[in-house]
Amino acid sequence: MFRFLVRRLLQTVPVLFVILTATFFMVRFVPGGPFTAEKSVAPEIQRNLEAYYGLNQPLWRQYLDYLGRLAHGDLGPSFKYTNRTVNEIIADKLPVSLELGAEALVIALALGLTAGIVAALRRNTWIDYAASSLAMTGICVPTFVMGPLLVLLFAIQLGWLNASGWYAWPDRLLPALTLGFVYAAYIARLTRGGMLEVLHQDFIRTARAKGASEIRIVFHHALRGALLPVVSFLGPAIAGILTGSFVIETIFQIPGLGREFVNSAFNRDYTLVLGTVILYATLLIALNLAVDIVLVWLNPRLKFE
Amino acid sequence: MTPPPSAPSIPPTFSVVAETEAGHSPWSDAWHRLGRNRLAVAGGCLLLVLAVACIVGPWFSAYSYEDQNLDLGAAPPGAQHWLGTDTLGRDLLVRILYGGRISLGVGLCATMVALSLGVTYGAIAGFFGGKTDMFLMRVVDIMYALPFTIFVILLMVFFGRNIVLLFLAIGAVEWLTMARIVRGQVMALKKMEFIEAAQVLGFGRRRIIFRHMIPNVLGPIIVYATLTIPAVMLLEAFLSFLGLGVQPPMSSWGTLIKDGAEKMEEFPWLILYPGAIFSLTLFSLNFVGDGLRDALDVRAAKD
Repeated sequence: MFRFLVRRLLQTVPVLFVILTATFFMVRFVPGGPFTAEKSVAPEIQRNLEAYYGLNQPLWRQYLDYLGRLAHGDLGPSFKYTNRTVNEIIADKLPVSLELGAEALVIALALGLTAGIVAALRRNTWIDYAASSLAMTGICVPTFVMGPLLVLLFAIQLGWLNASGWYAWPDRLLPALTLGFVYAAYIARLTRGGMLEVLHQDFIRTARAKGASEIRIVFHHALRGALLPVVSFLGPAIAGILTGSFVIETIFQIPGLGREFVNSAFNRDYTLVLGTVILYATLLIALNLAVDIVLVWLNPRLKFE
Repeated sequence: MTPPPSAPSIPPTFSVVAETEAGHSPWSDAWHRLGRNRLAVAGGCLLLVLAVACIVGPWFSAYSYEDQNLDLGAAPPGAQHWLGTDTLGRDLLVRILYGGRISLGVGLCATMVALSLGVTYGAIAGFFGGKTDMFLMRVVDIMYALPFTIFVILLMVFFGRNIVLLFLAIGAVEWLTMARIVRGQVMALKKMEFIEAAQVLGFGRRRIIFRHMIPNVLGPIIVYATLTIPAVMLLEAFLSFLGLGVQPPMSSWGTLIKDGAEKMEEFPWLILYPGAIFSLTLFSLNFVGDGLRDALDVRAAKD
């Protein structure tokens, strides 16, 4: 296990390095810069600005400087927000996105697992059909349709919740539900399939024959095996929730990192774009690693390799 | 069955062979199974109707997608404009149909890109095996871990928002799973006798891969391709929603939904109809995909 971890962590270093390098140069070869605004600045000011941020250096020099600072955990100053560093902006905005993502994930797991287990246990009854149709709806109605429709219903028509904002806990409800519902749908389908497959197996029959209660059979015997496809799905799901929050943050006007990232790309805020990309890549790789570890833990037949 | 009396010139044996082939080939079996799946058939019909309407519909309309009628403003659905008009007085139905051309087109083209990339890559990895396979699949593993949506967003922001780039970017994201599926299938096929026979006969690698292997993995490919189309259309709409997709005055379903979401408080039909059509299309595609999966009895394409 330890060797597995070390090897996987070593593998991530070149991957992150490639991502970093590719993004760095891609951003720079793009027409336009952070200081090309509608009202043009006097050339002297432009020169001063570029000197201040080191943009007048040759590109390879800037790249090495960036790497050097990154090694110390410094993501550099933002080009658009004067006097703010990328570290500060991320520290400010990331918790919001993470909170939204975590809440969506909790909703997705709670809804999806319950629906999937119940549908499998009551196979081919109206409960199963209802759960499966709901899951299909979740998969086919995208978040950017679902979100506005929920706002239309609960905020505008019924007036129960705020249409946007991020202040009190009721403001979390609609965004997290919108974001989590799609994944709840996939998780429900995977859980149902996994449960059906496991429930047919001999060890479940043995457990039944020994008189184990239905609850014990489900939670103690079946669920562990049935969860394998769900756990494998969690890697892509978490990635989807993190990036999916870009749209949710736009719809509900939530001050998170996703919205900031899209804006920073439009603004050519080089350092902020780079910082966010590196952050997201690291997060995703770490989460995928965690998923792999959980998979082995759930299924001892798999080995760490 | 005996040949029809009106065509006595056809030798009977020919007719018998044709008959047995038609009755028992796996493809026609699958076709029959698909025909019995009511949801899949309904989805397929709906898709066909939608596609024809999107292609032909705008020609028969009195309005064009960019005709503005500012006096009218946003009118609710009525006899003149069946689905109402947007805030610039443009006919919503025509814009939905026109947007459908782009959304469906992006779905098909990007899927083709993903398909050709993924199938070739997967087939090569599976066929050569060994070190080549190790290297190629490690690349895929690594790429799986990348935040692709983020890269697509960057690409679209930086390099103008043109449609060709959109196809390529989306296709490049979606090919990975295809490559994995095809590789697995090819690995299994490689041990089959008819492939060995082809090798003994001295056929070249290219011929074996493209003539003998790929046709035999067509089932999973078709199924997965059908399920990739909705994924691709979602990604296109996602980008359009962020303002990175198709640019005005053109419309795709994503941009229509985006515009509708901004004005839904006063003019709810602007989001309801595009949203409904888009969701219906995704429903249909998923039903057809699931139906095909059952009909072709493909296990590997399951997640």
